[in-house]
Amino acid sequence: MQDVKPLYEAVLRGDAAAARAITEQALAAGIEPIRVVNDYMVPAMDEVGRRFECNEYFVPELLLAARAMKGALELVRPLLVKSGIKPLGKVVVGTVRGDLHDIGKNLVSAMLEGGGFEVIDLGVNVSPEKFIEAVKSKNANIVALSALLTTTMPAMKLTIDAFKTAGMRDQVKIFVGGAPVTQKFADDIGADGYSENAPGVVGLAKLHTGAAA
Amino acid sequence: MHPLLADLLAHGPVVTDGAWGTQLQARGLAVGEFPDAWNLTHPGSVEEVARGYVEAGSRVILTNTFGANRIRLAEQDSAIAGRVAEINRCGVEISRRATGACAKVFASIGPTGKLLMSGDVTPDEMSAAFTEQAQALAAAGADALVVESMCDIEEAKLAVAAAKTTGLPVVASMVYDHGKNHDRTMMGTTPEQDAVSLAEAGADVIGANCGRGIADFVTVCRRLRAATGLPLWMKANAGLPELVQDRTVYRTTPEEFAKHVPALVAAGAGFIGGCCGTSPGFIRAVAAGLADSSQ
Repeated sequence: MQDVKPLYEAVLRGDAAAARAITEQALAAGIEPIRVVNDYMVPAMDEVGRRFECNEYFVPELLLAARAMKGALELVRPLLVKSGIKPLGKVVVGTVRGDLHDIGKNLVSAMLEGGGFEVIDLGVNVSPEKFIEAVKSKNANIVALSALLTTTMPAMKLTIDAFKTAGMRDQVKIFVGGAPVTQKFADDIGADGYSENAPGVVGLAKLHTGAAA
Repeated sequence: MHPLLADLLAHGPVVTDGAWGTQLQARGLAVGEFPDAWNLTHPGSVEEVARGYVEAGSRVILTNTFGANRIRLAEQDSAIAGRVAEINRCGVEISRRATGACAKVFASIGPTGKLLMSGDVTPDEMSAAFTEQAQALAAAGADALVVESMCDIEEAKLAVAAAKTTGLPVVASMVYDHGKNHDRTMMGTTPEQDAVSLAEAGADVIGANCGRGIADFVTVCRRLRAATGLPLWMKANAGLPELVQDRTVYRTTPEEFAKHVPALVAAGAGFIGGCCGTSPGFIRAVAAGLADSSQ
């Protein structure tokens, strides 16, 4: 019986080579692709997020784990697609207009991909119109906004308002985050969720798309 | 110790400056506008900020060159993207006009905004950008260089090594705002680890800036003091920023800020100033606090 438990350890440790090798073996041994993802990879990323929130893991550990997960997922994804299994959701990610900071946003993208979501990363200095256009063209159901400056936070409200004006507010869940952003600010501007850090966005996304937490 | 630093520190802790971004915003810098570009377009306003700090008592002021490395400039308007040498030269000249012989000009070198670990840039590209900026600042007559607001020790090491190619004294300042006790950088390193790395890279002064408020700085300072014999550089924020009716507000007052100065001095700080949210008023309070405690 193929022992896939080391896959959990490999992702947690950020060992990309081991994660790929074990995944290859597991798939070759006939283990169901969705089991490989849901029973080993996803719990590993959940644990990575928990350790980050407990200040045991920092950005390097996050990046290494996300990279290991992503590399292993590349082997599994074609098989999931073939059997009709879709990503948990489609997330449009971007740093808001006027803000050029991307490290936080990149971490969010990495964690969401590691968490099983399809990510459309629009980059930095993204206008409300561009967010709307991306949701339309990619049929996304989640929008994640990042800002690192208090002075660019107002653009988050503008973006949410733009979705309202376009009659699309109910089609998407909009989450906000970034160093100066707070829960209160998120509530005041009508966001659906706020996360203090990158791993937290995955939990929010799963909650709001009805995926198993 | 470099003679410039020895001279400065000979009579006790040195007052550095406060925030430039908020001071420029008060003079019309727009949201999302790149502050360093004002060295070219609004040199008079930049000089006013510099003078404000000299008049408040700063014996060391920095320059409006925090983002003026090639990598960050490439993200800006094409009108300024290639003007690395000019923006840095003007930055030093403006600060020098404000200081005259009354204070020293320590030129600011901030992060590239890219993460080495993600492969956004190569170490060589990063080193080249920092070396280019450092050389431009040195050629314009800066007294020293300050590698500041660093969140990644790997980037900081490259920046310090690049800055040292100029032969000027180099300050290396990290941001400690992660971890249970706000004593880790974003990448997870501690003051002790960074002190070793930065000293090895050639830093002449080691310290911390930005962060989550001055109260955390006393502990960080104490830990750096225990880890290194180099002079220590402390520049805390005036608390955490809040968005109040579309304006950025920092809640710590100059008086509250200055209350921590004696503890910082006792913890070994040699250079004391402020970061985001501070102003000439903060520097006056710090200078007064230092004058009191030296009596």
